Amino acid sequence: MSIRTVRKGRLATGAFAVGAVLALAACGSGDPLAPEDTGSESGDGGAATGPIVIGSQAYYSNEIIAEIYAQALEADGFEVERQFQIGQRDVYMAAMEDGSVQLIPEYSGNLLQFYDAETEARSTEDVAAALPDAVPDGLAVLDPADAQDADSYNVTAAFSEENGITSLADLADFDGTLTVGGNAELESRPYGPPGLSEFYGVDVEFVAIGDSGGPLTKDAIRDGTITMGDIYTADPDLATGDFVTLEDPESMILAQNVTPVVAADLAEAVTPTLDAVNALLTTEELIALNASSVNDQQDSATIATAWLTDNGLL
Amino acid sequence: MNLFLDALAWLTDPERVTGPNPLAERIGEHLWYTVLALVVSALIAVPLGYLIGHTGKGRQLAVLGSGAARALPSLGLLTIFTLIVGVGNAQVAAIAVFVILGVPSILAGAYAGVEAVDRSVVDAARAMGMTETQILFRVEAPLGLPLLLGGLRSAALQIIATAVLAAYVGLGGLGIYIQRGISLRTYDEMLGGAILIVLLALIVDALFAIAERVARRAIGSAPSRGRPRSERPEPLSTDRQSTLEEIR
Repeated sequence: MSIRTVRKGRLATGAFAVGAVLALAACGSGDPLAPEDTGSESGDGGAATGPIVIGSQAYYSNEIIAEIYAQALEADGFEVERQFQIGQRDVYMAAMEDGSVQLIPEYSGNLLQFYDAETEARSTEDVAAALPDAVPDGLAVLDPADAQDADSYNVTAAFSEENGITSLADLADFDGTLTVGGNAELESRPYGPPGLSEFYGVDVEFVAIGDSGGPLTKDAIRDGTITMGDIYTADPDLATGDFVTLEDPESMILAQNVTPVVAADLAEAVTPTLDAVNALLTTEELIALNASSVNDQQDSATIATAWLTDNGLL
Repeated sequence: MNLFLDALAWLTDPERVTGPNPLAERIGEHLWYTVLALVVSALIAVPLGYLIGHTGKGRQLAVLGSGAARALPSLGLLTIFTLIVGVGNAQVAAIAVFVILGVPSILAGAYAGVEAVDRSVVDAARAMGMTETQILFRVEAPLGLPLLLGGLRSAALQIIATAVLAAYVGLGGLGIYIQRGISLRTYDEMLGGAILIVLLALIVDALFAIAERVARRAIGSAPSRGRPRSERPEPLSTDRQSTLEEIR
């Protein structure tokens, strides 16, 4: 092994490092994550003739609702195509805006904050009223269902009883450390620790647990790792009596009614069908639907068919 | 906007020191999980690897077991382990997952290091009257050290990369910035966190590279560059096996 080869090796390493930095800088010159301008107009063209493309979030409960919409529309003679489990909001709303997906069940509050982060609207009515102006041209929002699937703070029944805490407003009188657990992003959400401080004057510690109010979060509440956890209100486990969902008298958390978002040129055609479904979709019904998935391990098509049949829509 | 510059701006923002999720704390957590998992992995894999390398037995089993361990999906494993031990003990679950990830590389490095020692050297040691234990610790282990360090090096890299998952079960670490970045669409934060992880990995890799070179110099073998990583243990040749058996 001569000095010459060693030096060559060093040169190569150096050259590679320089190359890597250049490549990174080149990557950085544009925002690779910015939505692409596809040039197509929102919800244009084939929408009226081809099948209606129905999307859903990568969230089992949302897929069940999408499947219910799909089957109800099929029963009314529409041709539909299912594109379920399309990640999170920024992905599927981009698909809605470029017309590749034409219908998706949404949650009103989160959708509103997606387009208007500074919104003051909180209640079901206010959010529903603000939505039509907030969504981009070419998209329409239909009337919301009663069913809500919102973030909520939950403590154990024992903690609630011992300390007489049933509402977020009661937390201010609790002396002791309050630890909140939820997805990492909750720490910066307006209804996360900043909101608790602003609306209820409560300062909390935060622990990130990334399963969206799933079994890890519930276990953490049970074993006291966290005092309260963020669980979605349509979670079937909230009905077990293990947890007490703290009330939110200041309406810190936005209403999250199930709301269909649809390509504007389709809105009129699908409204009667979807309104009929939404009229029957309450939070209790949604919890029951979710329980069929979580507890009985049924797939969304089976659950949707059973629910539509039971409600006389099929 | 230049995302790369945004990430650098995010990294140098004074908020990273004073705000929530201070960098130093998260880097500390990330390193702590890495070091702890690496030490536990080594305590398991080094003795086992030496045993396999010295006796030549159990090699197939080790190869199969390592392959299976590498194929396990870490996130799923972490969730199951955490549910079993409880979120309060999530650290135990996380370390167990990282150890499962780290053991195969170290095991391979340990037995390959012992096996790679020239058989004539081992035979000479034996002929001089060394006991098997002396052969292992005075001949095979020192001569195999560079390969063992290579195994530790690749285990450390895998653990650093995977420790991102710790944030999923409430343990913090640098993964927190990536998880938050995805959900909040704060891509400067996400890229900033990713850059830190890459830097951490490069620094640790460089330290191991230096250690490997020092070890090679110390045992007097030619410092052949790039050898440790490309050199994978060759299957024990049959004549070596028969030699070993004859000796026994």
